[in-house]
Amino acid sequence: MPTPPTLPKMPAVPGGQPKGPALNHRELPMTDYGGGNSTLCAGCGHDAITAALTRALWENAENPYKVAKMSGIGCSSKTTAYFLSRSWGFNSVHGRMPSVTTGAVLANRGLKAIGISGDGDSASIGIGQLVHVIRRNLPLCYVVENNGVYGLTKGQFSATADRGSRSKWGDSNQFEPIDLCGLAVELGCTFVARSYSGDRKQLIPILRAAMRHRGTALVDVLSPCVTFNNHAGSTKSYDWAKEREDPIHEVGYVNPWELEEVEYEAGSGVEVTLPDGGLLHLKKLERDYDPRDIKAAKALLARGRESHEFLTGVIYIDEDRPSLLDELKLVDAPLATLPQSVTRPGPEVLDEVMESFR
Amino acid sequence: MTPSTAVGAAAKGAPAGVVVNDFAINVATVNGTGSQTANSTLISAIMRMGVPVSGKNIFPSNIQGLPTWYVIRVCEEGWIAPRPQSEVVICMNRETARDDVMKCAPGGWIIYDEPFQLSTLRDDLHYFPVPFSTIVKDVAPPKLWKLVTNMLYVGVAGHLLGLEIEASDAALAKAVGNKPKALQVNQEAARAGLAYAQANFTIPEGGFRVERRDLTAGKILIDGNAATALGMLMAGVTVVTWYPITPSSSVAESLEGYLQKYRVGKDGKKTFAILQAEDELAAVGMAIGAGWAGARSTTATSGPGISLMSEFIGLSYYAEVPTVIVNVQRTGPSTGLPTRTMQGDVLFCAYNSHGDTKHPLLLPASPQECYEMAQDAFDLAERFQTTVFVITDLDLGMNNWMCDPFPYPAKDHDRGKVADEAKLREIGVKEWGRYKDLDGDGIPWRTLPGTEMDGAAYFTRGSGHNEYARYTESSEAYTANVDRLLRKFETLRGHVPAPLRDDCEGGSAVGVIAYGTTHWSLLEARAKLQREKGITFDYLRLLAFPFTDDVERFVEEHDRVYVIEQNRDGQMLAMLRHELPRVAAKLRSIRHYDGMPVPARFIINQVVEQEASA
Repeated sequence: MPTPPTLPKMPAVPGGQPKGPALNHRELPMTDYGGGNSTLCAGCGHDAITAALTRALWENAENPYKVAKMSGIGCSSKTTAYFLSRSWGFNSVHGRMPSVTTGAVLANRGLKAIGISGDGDSASIGIGQLVHVIRRNLPLCYVVENNGVYGLTKGQFSATADRGSRSKWGDSNQFEPIDLCGLAVELGCTFVARSYSGDRKQLIPILRAAMRHRGTALVDVLSPCVTFNNHAGSTKSYDWAKEREDPIHEVGYVNPWELEEVEYEAGSGVEVTLPDGGLLHLKKLERDYDPRDIKAAKALLARGRESHEFLTGVIYIDEDRPSLLDELKLVDAPLATLPQSVTRPGPEVLDEVMESFR
Repeated sequence: MTPSTAVGAAAKGAPAGVVVNDFAINVATVNGTGSQTANSTLISAIMRMGVPVSGKNIFPSNIQGLPTWYVIRVCEEGWIAPRPQSEVVICMNRETARDDVMKCAPGGWIIYDEPFQLSTLRDDLHYFPVPFSTIVKDVAPPKLWKLVTNMLYVGVAGHLLGLEIEASDAALAKAVGNKPKALQVNQEAARAGLAYAQANFTIPEGGFRVERRDLTAGKILIDGNAATALGMLMAGVTVVTWYPITPSSSVAESLEGYLQKYRVGKDGKKTFAILQAEDELAAVGMAIGAGWAGARSTTATSGPGISLMSEFIGLSYYAEVPTVIVNVQRTGPSTGLPTRTMQGDVLFCAYNSHGDTKHPLLLPASPQECYEMAQDAFDLAERFQTTVFVITDLDLGMNNWMCDPFPYPAKDHDRGKVADEAKLREIGVKEWGRYKDLDGDGIPWRTLPGTEMDGAAYFTRGSGHNEYARYTESSEAYTANVDRLLRKFETLRGHVPAPLRDDCEGGSAVGVIAYGTTHWSLLEARAKLQREKGITFDYLRLLAFPFTDDVERFVEEHDRVYVIEQNRDGQMLAMLRHELPRVAAKLRSIRHYDGMPVPARFIINQVVEQEASA
């Protein structure tokens, strides 16, 4: 068994220290955002993502009752049971998380949808639904826990495994990988980010911003499978990721209520105000990169693919495009609980319709 | 015996030998030539003269160019099932014209486009050649020729059949809608056809005639899909997700029309969401997601869509998520005959998806039942937290049916066992479990996502779960749960619409069971069997699955029971035998499966034949 890596020490909360001893803006401790015990393998990248999600939800002070934790089938999809047990989870059908989530959000627009999927769930059986949810720009934080391998069925390659990557048994993957970030950018996805389960410092603020994004935010997170894909020759292992990770910027997110009190270096990168008034700031590292520039995003992704670089950060963001809810012009109240007095037209309507058939 | 004399016309004031108000008109055209306005005018004009009608559109799976037929049955007695032959044939399609003439009932009339030269094909018919392309030149500018040519035959038929000008005008105005220019040009075309016929044709002795009656007052003419959509509107549907497929598309399209008209606030905000999905998997996935979150959700599809939806339907059953699926059946298997009808999916829907599953089916036979059952379906889905199927067919869904206007719903929406905070406190948060049978009826209480209370949330999964919705692979918990699902289904048995029983005078040792559109052919067959052969039987029409106790009782009380349906394999027969093993041996089968609605004559012949050897 490979040794699971030591996770980096908890970074300082980007929004400054929480008020009091670990209570968030809602006066809740982080334990209130916790869930059931994980049944995944010790050291699984997915558990680190679950921890990051828990932290991100807490830091964002999301209403713990108003989150819908949506997933398909697979190791990754199980993790919706491991955080935020005050909220509802739906472990649905393989590859169909996007459609179930679409229905749930249409029924109750007050729900904040967090979709958890994997590379099998999203890049193979569910790629059609991934494509179409992006096309509609449903408000959804869509996290792909990407390990290049099918875990629950014992180690088959998935569609994101790199060509030439070795399986646990030594055979080489013969097909080109599907790059979910590249696909998402091509489709006009309005928030595309890549990260690594071992990089909490980056992953947490990315998840926080993704939750506050207007439309669909695809967060593709390399999340090593300790049991089936963490050996030498794998391009989704902890060693590979640690060695190759090349952040394109330093990511931070500031809650709207913290804007006054937080100091950040203005002009040192790119700042994007999200619809909730919060601020995504992307501090410049070695290169100038503006994730609002689609051409730059495409060029970056192409370069990453050609040179097998592991470029992480917010690759593309567009906060101007309306979401599906904007387009549908729904009433403010959840459709689910509209009373009969609103949803059943009166007798005069039926009379009018009947007259039209005479 | 020719169909035209089957009933015997009660001619009032018409010369002897004239068949009054009992014949069929078959209009053969080319798909995409805009014959719909002309045909709507024709059928509506007859209805406006107080004479019952039905219209069947027989169309190809094609946008333009293939043959299409519209058959209007005119029947004072009110029979609406199709018959193998028509008496008045209007030939507008060169490709099928010879065949259409050969299929005409003996003594029939052929109105046809003159260049087709059909008059020598049979000597037992009357021919009315019309130079459509010449006449149309005097009526409309060239760009409209194609569209208004069809209106000419309305005028010709109007003269020959004795249609009242006022009725035709009113019908045309209705068909064209509020478009004065279009109305004018169409009206001129109809008048030109009429004038040509008056000048050139003498009405033959005997023949066919529409005479004014008072049998359609207050009636409407509506297709089943529009009726289903109206039912959904009244049911307060809030999330509609669908994927286009013949013959169900017009359910969602009609519904969208009603929702956009009647469910948008003054501020432009909508109390509904309607979304065309990328496929049927997504359509039902969205409907189930919406049902889970508490919306009244639905999707409409046909057989191929149900095949794709099957995995999700099992999830809905096992995770207990409400939604309504309308299946407008077409001829399968596979792509089958997409524009032909069949009752071919009942068995597949009843036990749909892998593992042990059972689903409620509602089986409307008329537009009014489409309207009412679409409403019932949402109440049942929410009460029983499962998928409810409304199963119609192409014949019901896409054809025009004359019926009484629909009543305004008398019942309030039943939103089922949804535990809000107060209810949850009443039950006791610790006592409550998402899949726990607290009331002894097999139906658990559910909470809606977003309820702001500790202990209200639960985890939904299609994998094994216990009564507190926690993951388990325990054999005991699994068995307890699926047994409860069965108890829930037993409770459902008392809530679905009971079958309609109609015993003949004095009762009979013979029973007949039918459902859906077969009903209309059966009614006609039943009357004629009695009149022509002296055969009588008791009749039970199924309205739903699961079968209520009345079904078993009905079979028990008869020596033999014919199950009449429109599929090859006797699907409802199989369900009845499976569900009612005690009386299974008494069940016999009559099956019709050529893609067309079953003709009454087919049922008559089958009953006579099988009864002879009974």
